[in-house]
Amino acid sequence: MKLYNRGIILAGIALFLIVATFPFWYGRGKAVPPPDLKLDTAAIAALKEKLCVEPAEFMRTDHMRLLANWREGLREGQRTYTAADGRVFEIGLTGTCLKCHDNKEQFCDRCHDYTGVKPNCWSCHIVPKEVR
Amino acid sequence: MAPTRRDFLKMAGLTAAVLVLPPRLAGGADKVVTPSAAPLPLAGPGRRWAMAVEPRKCRPDCRACIDACHGVHNVPDFGNPKDDVHWIGRAPMGKVFPAETHAGLPETLRGLPVPVLCNHCINPPCVRVCPTKATFQRADGIVVMDYHRCIGCRFCMAACPYGARSMNWRDPRPFVAKLNVDFPTRTQGVVEKCNFCEERLAKGLPPACVVACPEKALTFGDLEDPRSAVRELLGRHFSLRRRPELGTEPQIYYIL
Repeated sequence: MKLYNRGIILAGIALFLIVATFPFWYGRGKAVPPPDLKLDTAAIAALKEKLCVEPAEFMRTDHMRLLANWREGLREGQRTYTAADGRVFEIGLTGTCLKCHDNKEQFCDRCHDYTGVKPNCWSCHIVPKEVR
Repeated sequence: MAPTRRDFLKMAGLTAAVLVLPPRLAGGADKVVTPSAAPLPLAGPGRRWAMAVEPRKCRPDCRACIDACHGVHNVPDFGNPKDDVHWIGRAPMGKVFPAETHAGLPETLRGLPVPVLCNHCINPPCVRVCPTKATFQRADGIVVMDYHRCIGCRFCMAACPYGARSMNWRDPRPFVAKLNVDFPTRTQGVVEKCNFCEERLAKGLPPACVVACPEKALTFGDLEDPRSAVRELLGRHFSLRRRPELGTEPQIYYIL
């Protein structure tokens, strides 16, 4: 079998393979640094004890489940949340979470962008800082 | 002595009668079962929010209740009737009560602007048709929406006989004149409606429209409380409800 234009074809295939596999070998052994979440808001600085609704480890892994429980509880008229340590919080994303974490871009968005999730909270819930 | 045939039949008949008769007649059970009045469907512990509206008190071009409600709840104004979103509105009396309108009714009455809002029905058709339970009825009678669950199917809009519901065909946030930070907006593709200011009731405040009305034409209160302002008002006047023949049991009472 004769391959016409052998040089061009083989070079093209080689070029295609290089380009197609570029992301794999270029990023090999490297890791994108985890996002740097900012906790330096005025409200957090004013806290005597730097503690979220629940401990940070729990919030890191389970904040989405906590929020989902909050919004389901609201259907039953449950407007407050009692944390494991007994502290009571009013249920609300804008009113409670964002009161401390008022830096949504440096807190919520950085991690959500890093992990590639797109929560649709903000299509309804208001970020006070974004309101003119 | 063995019982006679006659005695045996007597005993058998009596035993059968005692077994068949209801316990109360037979004297077996001392628990008296009275046929209690059927409780209001889903009526909560002593609360049934309702509103009495007196349209005759309304000033001709007043929009105080509408502006207050729409301002508090971030209701968008798209500026065209096709996309219109409203929680409370005004309609001429002839349109609100077509069955009560006739040729002899003077134009002043027929064209009287009447505040219209969600009726928070005791038997709400919107709740029955909602496939995701986004619209539900609370124990105190308020028909509310959980916008997280709304998929925008608009069954509720078809079911509601009062046109109390609106669809967000477009993203409403750019069309909210002044955002109230304490209340969320809605998003594109969800239905919205009056919530009887349940977020204000939770804080012990009356609905925004009631507070805003300069003529006190709106009276809000608990129908289960015989001394509430609504009960007092409804006790003194004849009142109408919109399309009661449908059996939805609206909780907005119009005193005309």
